[in-house]
Amino acid sequence: MHIDLSVKHVSKRFESFTAVDDVCFEVEKGKFFSILGPSGCGKTTLLRMIAGFEEPSEGNIFIGAQNMADIPPNRRPVNLIFQHLALFPMMNVAENIGFGLARRNESKAEIKKKVADILERVNLPGFDSKKIHQLSGGQKQRVAIARSLVLDPTVLLLDEPLGALDLKLREQMKIELKKLQEEVGTTFVYITHDQSEALVMSDHVAVMNEGRFEQIDRPQNLYSKPASPFVARFVGNNNRLPGTCVGYADGIAELKLTSGETIAAGTERQITPGAQAELFIRPESIIIEPAEELPELNRIQVMVSSILFDGANSQLLATSPALAEEFLISLPQNRQYEHICAGDRVEIGWDFRAGNCFTVP
Amino acid sequence: MKEKVLSLMVAGVFMLGLGSGVHAETLELLTWKGYAPKSLVEKFEKETGITVKTTFSNNEEMIAKLRATRGAGFDLAQPSQDRISSVQEKFNIYQPIDYTKIDATLIVPSMLEAVKKNTMVDGKSYGVPHVYGTSGLIVNKKVAPDAADYAALLDPKYEGRVSYRLKRPTLIAMAFAEGKDPFALYNDAEAYTALMESIGQKLIDAKGLVKTYWTNGDALLQSMRSGEVNVAMAWDNGGWKLNAENPDIDFIAPKSGALGWIDTFAIPAKAKNVDAAYKWINFMMQPENAAVFTNAEKYGTASAGAIEFYDEAVKANFQRSFSQADVDNIKWYPPVPAKLEAIEGKILDKVKAAQ
Amino acid sequence: MKTLAEAKSKLPLFIFLTPILLWLILLIVLPHLDLLRMSFRIENDYGDMVWSVNNYLEFFREPIYWLTFTRTALYAIIVTFLTLCISLPVAFYITKVAPPKFKGFLSLLLLMPFWVSELVRIYGWMILLRESGVVNHFLLRWGVLRQPVEMLYNDVAMTMGLVYTSMLFMVVPLLSVLDSLDDSLIEAAFDLGSSMITIVWKIIIPHAMPGIASGSIVVFMLSLGNYLTPNLMGGKNSLWFTEQIYNQFIASFNWNQGSAFGFLLLIISSLIIFVGLKLTKQKLSGVIQ
Repeated sequence: MHIDLSVKHVSKRFESFTAVDDVCFEVEKGKFFSILGPSGCGKTTLLRMIAGFEEPSEGNIFIGAQNMADIPPNRRPVNLIFQHLALFPMMNVAENIGFGLARRNESKAEIKKKVADILERVNLPGFDSKKIHQLSGGQKQRVAIARSLVLDPTVLLLDEPLGALDLKLREQMKIELKKLQEEVGTTFVYITHDQSEALVMSDHVAVMNEGRFEQIDRPQNLYSKPASPFVARFVGNNNRLPGTCVGYADGIAELKLTSGETIAAGTERQITPGAQAELFIRPESIIIEPAEELPELNRIQVMVSSILFDGANSQLLATSPALAEEFLISLPQNRQYEHICAGDRVEIGWDFRAGNCFTVP
Repeated sequence: MKEKVLSLMVAGVFMLGLGSGVHAETLELLTWKGYAPKSLVEKFEKETGITVKTTFSNNEEMIAKLRATRGAGFDLAQPSQDRISSVQEKFNIYQPIDYTKIDATLIVPSMLEAVKKNTMVDGKSYGVPHVYGTSGLIVNKKVAPDAADYAALLDPKYEGRVSYRLKRPTLIAMAFAEGKDPFALYNDAEAYTALMESIGQKLIDAKGLVKTYWTNGDALLQSMRSGEVNVAMAWDNGGWKLNAENPDIDFIAPKSGALGWIDTFAIPAKAKNVDAAYKWINFMMQPENAAVFTNAEKYGTASAGAIEFYDEAVKANFQRSFSQADVDNIKWYPPVPAKLEAIEGKILDKVKAAQ
Repeated sequence: MKTLAEAKSKLPLFIFLTPILLWLILLIVLPHLDLLRMSFRIENDYGDMVWSVNNYLEFFREPIYWLTFTRTALYAIIVTFLTLCISLPVAFYITKVAPPKFKGFLSLLLLMPFWVSELVRIYGWMILLRESGVVNHFLLRWGVLRQPVEMLYNDVAMTMGLVYTSMLFMVVPLLSVLDSLDDSLIEAAFDLGSSMITIVWKIIIPHAMPGIASGSIVVFMLSLGNYLTPNLMGGKNSLWFTEQIYNQFIASFNWNQGSAFGFLLLIISSLIIFVGLKLTKQKLSGVIQ
């Protein structure tokens, strides 16, 4: 296993504010690694430290085996795709893409050949002499990626490059980017606040919050086995149900709700009785009007407060004295639940092991 | 409502116009710096109720200004007497003086006669003498005790400590210093050109000695005060002002003769307030008023009785710098014929451009 | 009916345009036409005014005139170039490096000298640089010099004075054009392997080109047409072409020659700007806005 990027105990402080706090991670060669976090979580600062635009206050960054301390951005084997792409408007497409090659003093013929090759690769053959302002959003995207990829960087850094695109194009570019990464085999480090981008494209995703990494894992695990309440809430939709632990056995905690009811809460970790805890349960884990005979089910009577129709993603909102917050419940469009209207009282239920319970710190 | 506002505005404008009409009697005076001291302007305004507006200038600009407007815009100008007749002949920018409106008893008769003669065009005269003075040398005697004539301005002994104007008096002075009489050649353009070209060449050869060609009298005095310049060609009053501060510096009448000039009163052709102009002339020539001017500016005045009101220091200045022989040797400028200016201008440009 | 309505709709336009047109025609066009006419008149040997191109030929016949013009134009170009060299880093510092809260203050500092007249500014420099001036005083006191040195009245002092006088007119267009430069373009170029020098050449200057061109035109024209600074700071060796025009009008009373020189200055300086625009591949319309 070859490690292309290794970040060791990196922190960055601005006066009294800590933007990045003791972050460690490694990215294997050829992987698509994403850093997912809300805006202001420090992910851009982290990326700029890898690119060399900021100096870490503490810790080290290694690219390949080389320590990057005191190496300026223009001499690092990484390239950055900027949020707004930063294509040079005073140059045409070929000059933009050839810019980095020319800085390496490569011959004109060589540059021409490489530019043509990479344009082919990003599906823009013959665009050499087009001006930047003549390109569409998606084409600009591809030129920006080509401009960096042509330099064959060890790691390609991407700073929310799809943020400026409209929804349709974003969906399309997600797939294109993933394909391209698989084809060229370059290591990608991608930062975004859009969980869907991260989950769809990445081999591994790090979830970042307030300068720290909460969890680094494969997308599936992030979703099914969040390591912290923050991850549970941030990745995908989740319903929260707080309570006090009154017993624990074999991966299931007994949770006493504020309303006095007791439910069973599946958990990955030991929870000591008496601790405050909260259960996170995904909307699609909840069964509406579960059959009487189903075993090991938490059952609660709720009132439907509204129905959110969104095709396959339709959901309903439900309230109950037992629930501290309004619950979001998947509403499969298989005609089985057509009779449910806002204001109805229904029973819902979920498997004892369906949720994730965490102690409240 | 609209109409009311409009009529109010019209009335307002009308009243403004009327108001300024009542107090509108002004005298537009085109003169040299220092020729209209503030105290005298205030006194005049008090006595007559006429507001005086002054514009400071020099001979060349005065002529250019009046030429541009064909003699309009000013009620009274003060060109040198030698720059009137040819200009008047060519551009017709002045009107003849009505000498009956001037109190001749206030003016030194010989000067009045000389100026009348020199400013005559087609039998009419255009000037009244006001101020006279000379150009000569201002010398720091401690550093340059031997500087006695214009030749000192070309003397390598004073390298870097010499200053003069790049104007026609310098050319004329240098010609006198060589023993020539440029005034005698005024009407022989060819000989005059040849003489001036040889003078120009001398100035070019000696250019390295010059600190700078001064253009502003106050700046020159500052340079002499600070010892940056020790020998300069300039007006007598500047030397006398410096002498009052530093006895080492004084005005010297050069051996080959100080250049005497008389600045006059002349009335522009399209003057609006001619009466005020004559009032100002008679006012300025009153002995006590003329003395106020002379005591402040150190220039001589053509006012007949002013000498009685002179400060002792002012009288002493003249006696110190001018012996009777020096007075007799003053070269008074005769009227400048047309075309000489162009010849001189080109030579002066060449001197300035030379490296 | 329709034509009436049309005329009515154009009326406000005419009302607005009339003062501007009057101003242009009465104060700019007519005097220039008169000067143009004057420049083609000379006095013949009999003292009569006749038509001739002699005033223009005189410029080329007499070396002192065209040499002075060449000198003036060369110095104006040098001044423009130096002003650019100084203003670009200054403008870059203000827009990109300085903390945002100081930007207004720094721009104000630049503007400050322009609250006093050019004459006062020049006299300020003269007080500093003259032989008995402030700079000499301190150099003597610190033992750098044994003898005071005259720093005024030479071409270096004059060039410096002109650069100082025109700096603002270069910095202001550069500020606005650099302000519109996205920082990430500079970072992107850095990221793609550029050195600082290549960034300046390949990114900053091409981006700032319209501002550089408009600033340069203004500074060039101001320097070429300056009268005070060369005269006062350049001293005895600094014959400037404007001074020659002044001398023709004022000292020699030769308005015809002076007008011809004025028009030659206009034509040749326009030509130099035209060549400059062509060389930098800028369009006048793009530069003016």
